[in-house]
Amino acid sequence: MGLRKVAVVGAGMTKFVRRAQETAKELSYQATHMALQSCELSMDDVEAVCLGTAPDSFDGIHMNGEYLSDGAGAWRKPYMRSYVGGGTGVFVPIQGWYHVASGLFDVVLVVAEEKMSSYYPHAQAAFLTIFDHTTERPLKPNLLWIFALEMNRYMSAYGIAKEDIARVSVQHKRNAADHPAALLGDADITVEDVLNSEVLAWPVQRFDVSPVSDGAVAIVLAAEHVAKRITDKPVWIEGVGWSLDTAHWTNRDLVYPRYVEYAARMAYEMAGVKEPRKEIHIAEPYDPFDYKALHHLEGLQLAERGQAPQLYIDGVAARDGDMPVCPSGGLLGVGNPIAAAGLMKIAELFWQLRGEAGARQVPGQPRRGLAQAWGDLMQVGTVVIMGR
Amino acid sequence: MNQRVAIVGIGWSGFRPLTPEVSYKELMYEAAVRAYADAGVDPRRDVESFVTVAEDFHEGTSIFDEYTPDQLGAVLKPMHTICGDGLHGLATAYMLISTGQFELVAVEGHSKASNILTLPEVTAYAQDPVLNRPLRLNTHFVAGLEMHRYLYETGATHEQCASVVVKNRFNALSNPAAPYGANLTLEDVLDGPPLSWPLGRREAAEHADGAVVMVLANEQRARFLSDKPVWILGVGWCNDSPSLESREWAQLPYIQKAAHMAYRQAGFSNPRGVVDFAEVDDLYAYKELQSLEALGFFAPGEAGPLSADGFTASDGELPVNVSGGSLGFGHLLDATGLARALEVVLQLRGEAGSRQLEGVEIGLAQSWRGAPTTSGAVTVLSN
Repeated sequence: MGLRKVAVVGAGMTKFVRRAQETAKELSYQATHMALQSCELSMDDVEAVCLGTAPDSFDGIHMNGEYLSDGAGAWRKPYMRSYVGGGTGVFVPIQGWYHVASGLFDVVLVVAEEKMSSYYPHAQAAFLTIFDHTTERPLKPNLLWIFALEMNRYMSAYGIAKEDIARVSVQHKRNAADHPAALLGDADITVEDVLNSEVLAWPVQRFDVSPVSDGAVAIVLAAEHVAKRITDKPVWIEGVGWSLDTAHWTNRDLVYPRYVEYAARMAYEMAGVKEPRKEIHIAEPYDPFDYKALHHLEGLQLAERGQAPQLYIDGVAARDGDMPVCPSGGLLGVGNPIAAAGLMKIAELFWQLRGEAGARQVPGQPRRGLAQAWGDLMQVGTVVIMGR
Repeated sequence: MNQRVAIVGIGWSGFRPLTPEVSYKELMYEAAVRAYADAGVDPRRDVESFVTVAEDFHEGTSIFDEYTPDQLGAVLKPMHTICGDGLHGLATAYMLISTGQFELVAVEGHSKASNILTLPEVTAYAQDPVLNRPLRLNTHFVAGLEMHRYLYETGATHEQCASVVVKNRFNALSNPAAPYGANLTLEDVLDGPPLSWPLGRREAAEHADGAVVMVLANEQRARFLSDKPVWILGVGWCNDSPSLESREWAQLPYIQKAAHMAYRQAGFSNPRGVVDFAEVDDLYAYKELQSLEALGFFAPGEAGPLSADGFTASDGELPVNVSGGSLGFGHLLDATGLARALEVVLQLRGEAGSRQLEGVEIGLAQSWRGAPTTSGAVTVLSN
C-alpha cells in the first residue's frame, strides 16, 4: 500500500534577530502570513495547524501552545503542538506530514516560533531545569558545559583539530551573508577570528556557537491532488524519521549520535535512498555548534566516522561543492531561534529545490535535500528528506 | 490510509490523590507494562512509535520529553510529545497508523499533580501575561465567569449543575480506580464553600495522580492481537480563541467543531440514538451540561433539566460519566482524556465490573484542557 504523497507548497520566515520588538504571537502571524501569501492561499483554505515551539520557560507561559494558537492561525481549527526539544523545528513538519498522510486533512499549516529574548538576562538559564532533578541539577550544569564535553570527546576520539572544526563556523557564517533574514552573516570571517574568540567552556568558543535569537518560520503542506492545483513546483516530502535515545545521557558514548543514524535510516528507507552520499544533493544538518554539523553529517551517513571535517577541507560542503552543507548559513549564521531554526532548514530546501534561493542558490538544479535537527539531552534526531 | 485503527491494549495505574511511594516514571512504567501485557506485545520488539502528552510546567522540568522514553521501552524509537490532552495523543497515534507507516503505536498520559506544591500559581502562568495575569486571579475565575454566562443564556440552574456532582461522585463508588466516590445530596454540594461565584468548591474536580497507556494497531494487527479490539470510528479536536476578551462564553464552538469532525469520520451527524454512552468533560460540574449540548446530544438549555431528571444516570437513556468522571476519579491533568477513553474501552469490552452497561456498542469520549484554554478533543469508539 502506497503512502499518501505530501508536498510543501509555500514557505515564509521572519528575520532572525537578537531581540524582536514583536511578541511571539506577532512573529508567528508574520511568518504564517508570508507562507500563505507565497502560495496564494488564505486561512480559509487551511484545515489544521501544527505548531512547534521549544520550552515554555522562554516565554514564562504555561501551556504556551494554547497561548500562541491565534497568532499561528489556529482559531477554530484543529490544532496541536508537538515537542521534541531542540529537534522540534524538523519534527513539526513531520507532524504536518502525518496530518496530511493520514488522509484526515488536505492542507495543513506548519508554524515554528521561538522568542528567546523574553528570558532575562539570558535564555541559557532556562536550560538549568532540563537536567535530572536529583542527579544533575544540583551541579548547576548548563548547555555549554555538556556540549563542551561532547565536542572534546569528538575531537579526542578522532584527533580532530580545532582549526578544522572552525572551518564549519566560517563557511556557514559566510553563506549566511547572502541570507536576507540572517542575524550573523559575515562574508569576511576567518578561521583565526573563530579561534581568537572568547572561550566559553573549553573547547567551545563564542564563534563556535549559534546566537540566541527570536524568529518564526511557517510552511504550507498539501496532499498530492491539492498541491498540483496550488503550484507548478511542489516539493515533496519523500521521507521522515525520528528517534529518541535514553535520558541517561551520561551512560552513552557521546562520540557518535546513534539516534541521528536511526532517524536517518528510517527516512532513507521511506524515501528509497540507498546511497545517501550520492542521492542527497543538499544537506542541512543541525548546527547550533560548529562541531555538531560534523557530528550529524556522520550520523546521517553522509561522512565516515571522524571524516566529516574533510568535506569542508576539500570544498565538498561548499555552496558550489558536490554536496553543499547548510547553504542557508545554518544556525551559526542565520540564527538559532530553536524551533524556528529547524523549520528554517526545511524552508531553505523548499527554496533551493525550486531554484528560488537567490544569491544562496546551489548550482546544478539539485533534486533532493535533507534537513535534520537534534535536541533534548543530546538525545533526539529528526530528519526530513525533500525532493522535487 | 483508509485503514481501520483499534485500541488493542490498555493499562493504568492509580488514580489516587497522593502517591508518595512512586515517582511519575514508576506510574508510567506500571501503566505501560499492563498495557503491553494486555495487548500481548513487547515494546522493544513490536511497538513502532510512541506518543506522550505532557506540559513542562506540570512536570517541573523544561523540555520534559527527554524523560519519556526509558520507562515506556521507547529508547531509540520514534517517540514524540504532544502538548495536549490525552485525546490529542490518541488522535496523534491514530494519524500515525493511518499513514500506513506504522502498525503499532503506544500513547501515554500521566499526572503527578500531588508533586506540584503551587498548582494554582502554575496554572495562573497560562493566563495572558499582559492582559490577565496582572489581575492576580486564581484561574478558577475563568470557570466562574463561563458558568455564569452559561446559566444566564440557557436558563440552566445551579441545582442542575449540582445534580451532576451528585451523579458522578455516586457513579465513582462503583469504580475501583476512582478515589472521590461519595453519596452526596444536592444540599451537600450547594452548601459547600464557594470557589468563584457562582461556582462552588464541590463542583470542581480535585486533582489525582495516575497514568494511562494505550496500544493502538492497524486492522490487520488488531485482529491478530485481540479478541476484543475497540475500533476508533472518529477523532476530532479544535481550538477557539485563547483570549478571554474575544471568546464565545456560553457555548463551546471548539467542542462542536471537534465533534463534527469525529462524527463525519464515523459516518453520522447526530449522536442521539447512535452513541450509547459518553464520558465527557466535567472538570467543573457545569461543563458536563455545556459539553453535552456542544456535542449535540441536547439543544442548548436542555442538558440541565434532563440531567436533573436522571436522563444521564447510569440507568438513564444516555449514561454519562459512568466512571465517575473527573469529579469522581480526579483531575488527571493531561491524562484526563485518556482516562475517559479508558472507561469507554472497558465498557465496550464488557470489563467494567459492577458499573457495566448492558449492550453498549458505541461510546464517546470528550475532553477539555481546563481553564483558561479553549482546547478540546473528541473520539468515538466502537466494539
